Amino acid sequence: MSEAAALLAVDGLTKSYGGVHAVRGVSFKLTAGEILALIGPNGAGKSTCFDMLNGQRKPDRGRVQLLGQDITGQPPRRVWRLGVGRTFQITATFPTMTVRENVQVALVSYASQIFNLWRSTPDFQRDEADRLLALVGVEGYAERPCGELAYGDLKRLELAIALANQPKLLLMDEPTAGMAPRDRIELMRLTARIAREQSIGVLFTEHDMDVVFEHADRILVLNRGTLIAEGSPEDVRRDPQVRAIYLGEGLVYDARHQEGAGA
Amino acid sequence: MSFYVVQFLSGLASAAALFLVASGLSIIFGVTRIVNFAHGAFYMLGAYVAFSLTERLSGALGFWGGIVSAAVIVALIGVLVEMLLLRRIYRSPELFQLLATFGLTLMVEDLAVLIWGPDDLLGRRAPGLRGAFDFFGQAIPTYDVLLRVLGPVVLGALWLLFHRTRWGVLVRAATQDRDMVAALGVNQKWLFTSVFALGVFLAALGGALQIPRDAVNHTMDLRIIVDVFVVVVIGGLGSITGAFVAAVLVSELNAFGILIFPKISIILVFLVMAVVLIVRPWGLFGKPEAAARQTPGLAVQPWRPLSAQARLAFVGVLILAAALPLLGSNYALIVGAEIAIFVIFAVSLHFLMSVGGMASFGHAAYFGLGAYGVAFLAKLAGLPMVACLLLGPLLGLFGAIVFGWFAVQLSGVYFAMLTLAFAQIVWSIAFQWVDVTGGDNGILGVWPAALVATPARFYWLALAITALSVVVMRVLVFSPFGYALRATRDSGLRSEAVGINSKRIQWAAFVIAGTFAALAGALFAYLKGSVFPDNAGIALSVDSLVMVLLGGVETVSGAVVGAIVYKALSIWLVSYTELSKLVMGAVIVVLVVMFPKGIVGTFDGLIRSGKLSFFKRGSQRATQAEGAE
Repeated sequence: MSEAAALLAVDGLTKSYGGVHAVRGVSFKLTAGEILALIGPNGAGKSTCFDMLNGQRKPDRGRVQLLGQDITGQPPRRVWRLGVGRTFQITATFPTMTVRENVQVALVSYASQIFNLWRSTPDFQRDEADRLLALVGVEGYAERPCGELAYGDLKRLELAIALANQPKLLLMDEPTAGMAPRDRIELMRLTARIAREQSIGVLFTEHDMDVVFEHADRILVLNRGTLIAEGSPEDVRRDPQVRAIYLGEGLVYDARHQEGAGA
Repeated sequence: MSFYVVQFLSGLASAAALFLVASGLSIIFGVTRIVNFAHGAFYMLGAYVAFSLTERLSGALGFWGGIVSAAVIVALIGVLVEMLLLRRIYRSPELFQLLATFGLTLMVEDLAVLIWGPDDLLGRRAPGLRGAFDFFGQAIPTYDVLLRVLGPVVLGALWLLFHRTRWGVLVRAATQDRDMVAALGVNQKWLFTSVFALGVFLAALGGALQIPRDAVNHTMDLRIIVDVFVVVVIGGLGSITGAFVAAVLVSELNAFGILIFPKISIILVFLVMAVVLIVRPWGLFGKPEAAARQTPGLAVQPWRPLSAQARLAFVGVLILAAALPLLGSNYALIVGAEIAIFVIFAVSLHFLMSVGGMASFGHAAYFGLGAYGVAFLAKLAGLPMVACLLLGPLLGLFGAIVFGWFAVQLSGVYFAMLTLAFAQIVWSIAFQWVDVTGGDNGILGVWPAALVATPARFYWLALAITALSVVVMRVLVFSPFGYALRATRDSGLRSEAVGINSKRIQWAAFVIAGTFAALAGALFAYLKGSVFPDNAGIALSVDSLVMVLLGGVETVSGAVVGAIVYKALSIWLVSYTELSKLVMGAVIVVLVVMFPKGIVGTFDGLIRSGKLSFFKRGSQRATQAEGAE
């Protein structure tokens, strides 16, 4: 029963590069509507772990299941079709299109109209595109070239694109990296609100502990490729091992980390 | 048995020149990231200069001194080229670099004819190595033995240079990460210049060493550069060992291919290249490419569909164009029809390279296939013109399906080189398979049906098909398919993450572009009444690139303007000057260095920045109308 209930079930995920064990036997579960944070110091394997979840990289061993269906090693486009939205640490959008068209491309794909040679894309599901833009608060820029947007707005646009396929799960790799402090809090509040309203599961990595402790229902702590702690924000805050890696081993968490965008 | 051994040894001797040129190309690419199309031209210059020197200098010392001096002289010319031209385009998109160096090749070809004349030149034999020795009844030229030894010797020398000298270490470091090398305080300018000089030296040496074996002429540059592209695609760009292994492989395949498929020996090399590309897309010894640099188009303003006024303007221009038979002579009508056909051709390439971000250097392949498709159907099957026009382009479609599948596995310079190699294969088949294609004599007597046999009627037919094609391609650009294609160009990561299968989209775009090119070729066959191998030649492929570039890579319909201006200019040029390649090459170089946005793009930019205030009010409309002409 618990297998079927889990939105995302990860079991023994492992990946090495040459002699470096980037991720070692990581297992966890995520239920619908839950917001789960994956944290850890630089080089802990967060991004590698993330990339294996939606097929960006192939794991050496282990299994990823979405609603009981095995999606291990499936290419990103298949995983997306199963209802997984993704945002990137460094935003990936279509700079030569307008902001609205960026969302329309995702809508076209969701409607399986990619090979339609005739319809006008700028008129395709315009209202739905505008609704998504309004949801993330960039409706005022719909006609602007995407390449001109400020970074914070690009992050919002990425979220709108990721929401275009009515996802069940959102994978967000450092959703607030490179943003101004106030924008970070706003964007995460927005994400959390949308996730709760639509019962979307969210898995995100983050360096900003304010963001993590305010919004995460549960936190996973990764160090040197291994999960060392898991639990509620309170439990994790008190965990001696977590304190050690963040405070004790020279990887001091301080203001510089907050501003930096490094992985 | 001994015959095969001799064939094998002769293959090894040919491999030497191929290796020298390919390793030079690879070294230059490794550090500067420029695929130097002009490498074939430097090879040819090496041969010409060595010919002149060895004719004047006597004795063994004179001969060998002449060979080496020729390579040094050409290397110095290379240094000049690097300082004057390449330094200006290191930051340009790959396509522009390939085009600029191709323009240089065109100029060198005409200059070589000016200096040394158009005829084949037979050089001196190497002193002391004139004869041949007997090998179980087969004669092996002594000179070939030297070449056979030379390949491994040069490979060893390069290895020592790159592993045992400070300069070599810097070059290897720059190959891995040139920004880091610059950050460490190394003078990049001179590193690039010296690397370019070495690469050119190797190419020129390869050319100079050919004079005792082969006649020197002004077509040897394109012949070798295609082989060299095949070699570096197989061996892996940037790898010297790869260049060596692949040079031997390709030469042996050529040597034995002649025995297996005497008519179309090039097929064998093609098959091997295809297998390598499937198994290791970055070549046998190459490394997977890091993310490619910006493709042309990433700086563009979002494209917009035509406004109602602009559509009206398009119809107006079309009506004016249709009125040409009332005013113009028959000659003007034939020129007009030719321009119209080239508009289709340019627009099809534009779709591939501006919308799809895939800069093909062999788009003429599909033009040629369309032309031959019509010729086969009309001459061999005796079908009427309507059937030929509809079915002929299917040959291009089929070619694009096969070649396109391989090509879209690659991107950037690899894509450009592979498409060029494919086009060259089509050209070679048309040229070599005399029984079917008539070889160099082509297929004559492909006449249009009586209904459109007058110049005016044929012009109207061409104009109508062109207008229809341009409209269809524009609809495609703004269709969901067109957006998905642009999405794969803008960000492969994001498009895969929203469910778009990039390779399949790109493949489909390749097939569409190839089919429209084939349609243009089919019409062209009827316009000229004949088809020739040159309908698939490199010159034509580059013509189409220049048309797109001239009009503006970043615009929606600049290719239309580019095709009209370029074609009119080149027809006029050919009738006024003998040195059309020299002028055309110079035009390409100037265009790339000073005018990279093209006519429509520049016009567009001026309007946006407010410098043409007259047009400002209807800026979008005005440009689009310009684009639609």
